[in-house]
Amino acid sequence: MLSKKVRLDAHGEDSSYFLGWKEYEKNAYDNVQNPSGIIQMGLAENQLSFHLLEAWLASNQDAARLTKNGESMFRELALFQDYHSLPDFKNVLVEFMAEIRRNKVSFDPRKLVLMAGATSANETLMFCIADPGDAFLLPTPYYPGFDRDLKWRTGVEIVPIHCSSSNGFKVTKFSLEEAYQQAQKLSLNVKGVLITNPSNPLGTTMSHDELDELITFAIAKKIHIISDEIYSGTVFDHPSFISIMEALLDRKLEETELWNRVHVVYSLSKDLGVPGFRVGMIYSNNEALVSAATKMSSFGLISSQTQYLLSKLLSDKEFTRNYMKENRKRLKARREMLVTALRGAGIECLKSNAGLFCWVDMRNLLSSNTFDAEVELWKKILREAGLNVSPGASCHCSEPGWFRICFANMSEETLNVSMQRMKAFVEKTTQQYCRRGGGRVTHQESGSNSRRRSFSNWVLNLCSYDREPYR
Amino acid sequence: MSLSEIATNDMHGEKSAYFDGWKAYDRDPFHPKKNPNGVIQMGLAENQLSFDLIEEWITKHPEASICTPEGISQFKDVAIFQDYHGLAQFREAVANFMGKARGGRVKFDPNRIIMGGGATGANEMIMFCLANPEEAFLVPSPYYPAFDRDMRWRTKVKIFPVECKKSNNFQITKQALEDAYQKAQEQNIKVKGLIITNPSNPLGTTMNRETLKSLVSFINEKNIHLVADEIYAATVFSSPQFVSVAEVMKEVKCNPNLIHIVYSLSKDLGLPGLRVGIVYSYNDDVVSCGRKMSSFGLVSSQTQHLIASMLSDDEFVDNFLAESSKRLGKRHEIFTEGLANVGITCLESNAGLFVWMNLQHLLKDHTPDGEMELWHMIIHDVKLNVSPGSSFHCSEPGWFRVCFANMDEDTVYVALKRIKKFAGNGQKEGEPAKAKRWKNNNALRLSLSSRIYDETVMSPTMIISSPHSPMPRSPLVRART
Repeated sequence: MLSKKVRLDAHGEDSSYFLGWKEYEKNAYDNVQNPSGIIQMGLAENQLSFHLLEAWLASNQDAARLTKNGESMFRELALFQDYHSLPDFKNVLVEFMAEIRRNKVSFDPRKLVLMAGATSANETLMFCIADPGDAFLLPTPYYPGFDRDLKWRTGVEIVPIHCSSSNGFKVTKFSLEEAYQQAQKLSLNVKGVLITNPSNPLGTTMSHDELDELITFAIAKKIHIISDEIYSGTVFDHPSFISIMEALLDRKLEETELWNRVHVVYSLSKDLGVPGFRVGMIYSNNEALVSAATKMSSFGLISSQTQYLLSKLLSDKEFTRNYMKENRKRLKARREMLVTALRGAGIECLKSNAGLFCWVDMRNLLSSNTFDAEVELWKKILREAGLNVSPGASCHCSEPGWFRICFANMSEETLNVSMQRMKAFVEKTTQQYCRRGGGRVTHQESGSNSRRRSFSNWVLNLCSYDREPYR
Repeated sequence: MSLSEIATNDMHGEKSAYFDGWKAYDRDPFHPKKNPNGVIQMGLAENQLSFDLIEEWITKHPEASICTPEGISQFKDVAIFQDYHGLAQFREAVANFMGKARGGRVKFDPNRIIMGGGATGANEMIMFCLANPEEAFLVPSPYYPAFDRDMRWRTKVKIFPVECKKSNNFQITKQALEDAYQKAQEQNIKVKGLIITNPSNPLGTTMNRETLKSLVSFINEKNIHLVADEIYAATVFSSPQFVSVAEVMKEVKCNPNLIHIVYSLSKDLGLPGLRVGIVYSYNDDVVSCGRKMSSFGLVSSQTQHLIASMLSDDEFVDNFLAESSKRLGKRHEIFTEGLANVGITCLESNAGLFVWMNLQHLLKDHTPDGEMELWHMIIHDVKLNVSPGSSFHCSEPGWFRVCFANMDEDTVYVALKRIKKFAGNGQKEGEPAKAKRWKNNNALRLSLSSRIYDETVMSPTMIISSPHSPMPRSPLVRART
């Protein structure tokens, strides 16, 4: 009676990623009302810099009240549903995007298409580039929401590019080829590669070499590159962020065919911390794509009052510079807090320089090197430590034992509480392993391929812990 | 490598001749002082008559904004809120408003309210939920042109028109539905449902209770869905009273899992820029799935917050509904009387932001080409952008939709003056102007308000840009330049 889409699970909501959220909703932590509740560490939100936004609003009441020189803009905004969007807003957005990229790239507002969130932008790109049954290659681990955004209503397939801890989960020429071959085996027509850079869930930026490999690959296969740069403003440490656009310019590819096959997705949800406002966008040099996407944006335009407010905010350059600087500083400090605390509990994180989360190595806590053990561990962390973290399997990671833990969606106090709980949990868990018997096994060097590990009992001896921090 | 099939086909509908009118308007837009001979936009169904009421409310309630000192304490919580359930107060307020717009005769459950990116996003979303590619929905014609895009473009659902004719005032008949259904079967097209717009765009009429009941019986019998786009629900300004499918469901045996309503605040409140689209379904699976799909077009939380405050104010809502309806009624009267005075009749209507104008007597040929010819003349010589019936898939040439609520009163009189001039010149030779009304049982009212032809001082007019305008210009651009 209903469409197949209703009956399918392609929305992905039965995945563990969402189940943790549901548990949290039933028993949410509150430092006063529910101090033993579950702490949400599965939500990649940036809550660290609201005070700056609020201060700006307090001193810019003209914009806040939708007035301009005392005259109300209400009527015009109420009627404004032009899918070309507010010109002022696009103008400041391209400047903002350029600044984030240290002005190594400049953007043309005519090539920018606005729509309701990166969720909508990513889906729209699929509708514009791929036909049902076509495929996009995505490096793993990747944002769980892509299963819904890219595949659900579009009928497009995702083929994973397997990345491994052996090289810090970097994309390699080999892994790209392997994924492409896999797609061929499945008789899928590959239309492009979609990268998230900076990466969710890794929190790392792609290196020059990685981007080069990707570009070479896309030229050879004549396919598109979509670069979801939603976290570009959260880069708080070196190496600097290199946008795909910068990489193209470095190789002087402006006059080539590839230039028309590279598209950037952006949003204000992570950098400005305003996901509720639904501000997403597509940037492309491909005129036909911009034209089609603009028409499609009718299905999810940005509210005019929101466009207006943010156009005013972002036009204040002093504010944006200060905000981005402060934001990065706070994110970096938060990350340090999490990494240090976890290290104190004997857990290492992938070395990262961006994002609102860490990619945490808990392989040592697995009862076996399997995804079943990962789920088991995840549930234990949820129920015993009262922490909702995201298991690597929900991000399609090929190796069990990795978890994404967010650090920017809570107060410092709450983060401290969560780390205390984590420490207690790890101590308890490792004691349990010790009591179960079996020999002491030291953790292998980061260079080894974890997929070849075959022990079933892991014991982490904290006293002789001597592993190198991950690069 | 090229783009997708969807990106390169013309199913977005923007290449149609329909947009010639907008192009003419964009090149030469009317302004009472700066461009008094420009094209008047009468092709845009917007409700601009009651902004003052909303502006007044907003001024009195700064706490409804999350940006003012009174509201800023909510800023953070609202700015991070992206839950696809939507703010509870928002859903409650919308449910409350929908109930009041139906005279309190129906109550809506806030938990069945799903957000969509405007009714545009909502209509597309309900199609994704109810139909698979190549399946079809029956749509009575004439119908809103953008259904071709909203229902079909990315969903690949087919539209199967059900022709309605002037002989019975374009009402849908059970027979016409049966015939269309049969025809679809013969062509091996699987019909998944019927979509109606009630009140109708472009007719401006509400569906009577009996017709609605027979539609519900029909879909129930065939076990297909009924989507009722009730976006104009609160634009009803005279009798008969609006009857929603939500009311009729209680009176006719039907499976509630087949009934869905699409709604929006764009027409009733005149707020298309805020992109508040709603799907309301009596089917739990559709609610569950639709809610997940709404991620692709959630309403900005800033807007949800504002609307939640505004529509929870019962006093405001009651007053607004009454006053808006009154103003629309008055505007409709001015316009239709002005037309009648020059021998132009409209389909008798009681709702909407437009009239369905009959210019059949001015056609040289009673063919679609004849209609196009007349239309071009109206755009280029009379300088009014009206919408030709063919763009609404009307099967009979000579009908035009003319909007009356997207301008101030003075502009209406300018338009009427131009029409008078044209109607005098555009008649066929030897034929006197016929002040013929469609319904014979209504006496022709010749109220001759001297204002109709007065050259009074014009108040500034809103210059509107169409969402489909191929020209990249917005009213805010024009406001600056």
